Amino acid sequence: MNRHDQLLETQDLKTYFTLRGSLLRRRKYVRAVDLVSINVASGETVAVVGESGCGKTTFARTVLLLTHSTAGSIKLLGQDAVRSKEYYRNMQLVFQDPESSLDPTMRIRDIVAEPLLGLSQLTREEIDKKVTQVMNEVGLGEDVLHRVPRQLSGGQKQRVNIARAIVSEPKLVILDEPTSALDASVQAQILNLLLDLQTKHGLSYLIITHNISVAEYLSDRIYVMYAGRIVEQGFTDEVIKKPRHPYTIALLASAPIPDPSKKNLLSAEITGEPPSAIDPPPGCRFNPRCPFAKELCRIKEPSLDPLSQDRFVACHFVTETA
Amino acid sequence: MNYESSQGTVHAIDSVSIAIQPRNLIAVVGESGCGKSTLGLAIIGLLPVPPAKQVSGNVVYKGVNLSNLNREQMRRYRGTEVAMIFQEPITSLNPVYKIGTQIEEAIAIRDSREKEKSSNSQQDKARERREEVLGSLKMVRIPDSESVANRYPFELSGGMRQRVMIAMALAQKPSLLIADEPTTALDVTTQAEVLKLMRNLMNEVDTSILLITHDLAVASQVADRVAVMYGGQIVEEAEVNELFKKPLHPYTNGLLSCIPTGSKKEARLKPIQGNVLDLRETYTCCKFAPRCPYVMEKCWKAKPHLQTSRTEHEVACYLYE
Repeated sequence: MNRHDQLLETQDLKTYFTLRGSLLRRRKYVRAVDLVSINVASGETVAVVGESGCGKTTFARTVLLLTHSTAGSIKLLGQDAVRSKEYYRNMQLVFQDPESSLDPTMRIRDIVAEPLLGLSQLTREEIDKKVTQVMNEVGLGEDVLHRVPRQLSGGQKQRVNIARAIVSEPKLVILDEPTSALDASVQAQILNLLLDLQTKHGLSYLIITHNISVAEYLSDRIYVMYAGRIVEQGFTDEVIKKPRHPYTIALLASAPIPDPSKKNLLSAEITGEPPSAIDPPPGCRFNPRCPFAKELCRIKEPSLDPLSQDRFVACHFVTETA
Repeated sequence: MNYESSQGTVHAIDSVSIAIQPRNLIAVVGESGCGKSTLGLAIIGLLPVPPAKQVSGNVVYKGVNLSNLNREQMRRYRGTEVAMIFQEPITSLNPVYKIGTQIEEAIAIRDSREKEKSSNSQQDKARERREEVLGSLKMVRIPDSESVANRYPFELSGGMRQRVMIAMALAQKPSLLIADEPTTALDVTTQAEVLKLMRNLMNEVDTSILLITHDLAVASQVADRVAVMYGGQIVEEAEVNELFKKPLHPYTNGLLSCIPTGSKKEARLKPIQGNVLDLRETYTCCKFAPRCPYVMEKCWKAKPHLQTSRTEHEVACYLYE
């Protein structure tokens, strides 16, 4: 892929939070995001999957410049990220909880129009036209425009969130758990809506999710995150079909599938909990839970190395997991 | 079962009949607001009256009708016979007491009901209880039970807390455990562990489980029988393999096709159109009719009832009459 096609690129991004130490005690850090490099090409859907506390939301917030990065670089369209109108014109986001991400006192029209007020110099009429158009695209009628959020259902609220994100015609939309607060039937409607909007506007998506089946359905490429690090990356269908990092293997085995003849869940073998991000275990961060762990894993942290041209795995014994 | 609210009566559950066999795991599946949690609370007798109001029907436990029990008998029934665990274990645990103390309390309550143990001295009893606490923590596969018993709830992870809740619920040796979304707040790897544990304990301690969940995939993995609820009614109930092999009700079919099981390149999802019901209204038609792709004239006229279409597979739909 040509480098100029890259929309978003992060290089060795680190976000640490400082814990208050005392005079005598050494200062400690929460290593929420540790050396994460990802890229999103134009028109592509990329998923970052991981369990709670793995740093995926902090990563999204860092990319959006809502949290300061400790080290590393973020580039959007080849430009270093700075807080500017230009930056947010190209990149918007949809939050996880549709309840708390809409101002309860504002009318839907004003919520959806807000990005336009800041980012463009349109007249009132042009803004109204744009809002009505985008509301149609997300499947909401004009009667919704004059309501307030509490008069809408969860699914409708998430549609408003999506309308607000795309109204300024961004190139990239970051979706942080876009459907995890929704019921199954509504989730399916929203997933299809996201696909339609992508085709229509040539959007790129960066999806942050813990739900493997959502990631599998929407994404072209996938990054698996564990304890602040990317442990595996590759094309989604290949990673799902043949996971190579022991954590990816365990994660896929634990995701319930709606088929009682394949009881994967009751045979899943992973135990324990993800490590603390303050004092991650020495060596590979997955070693205390890993069925393949050997002496080397407890001493040396594996780097994310290429397995093939598009597949990267951070495991010392990746040849043995096949 | 209805709720009286400021905006009228909410018909939360509407003529639900469910039978739970000993040593069986039955899953009640449905979307938010379908009445599945109300059903769980009604069985254990924990619904606040008012606003809740039992309009008709009975809960019969081992041949005893619950509405005939007085307060004291109800207290015995709750906990000793039927126990319940909830979605957020942190809100069910007392933050200022140690884990061990809280489990011990559950055991002490049970012992106070079994009067015949009074032959032992107080000291012996306390020691016995302490051992039982550690035993019950081991039973839910908590490593290092001694130190966990001395910790406070906030010092444990979500998965550990839910295990403590299970240990506490089972300390009373109930014949039925109602689990309301026990793994919804947990990560997938932890969820797999907790569900596996529940399934194994069911046989070890000889109890039945009523699992309330919104996740059909979870139900398919652990349940023996599955009941699908919509708008306060059970619309389909069958043995787990039967239900997933041959789902009959259009709602069950719709729910199954909403679960993404592949890539967008293979097949698009077919969502159920429309939104979940407003249960403040009274429905004289089939509640799923407005969203149903197979809706017929008949469906708007009267409510279909659960029918056994084949052996042990019940469905409430006119398509199968």
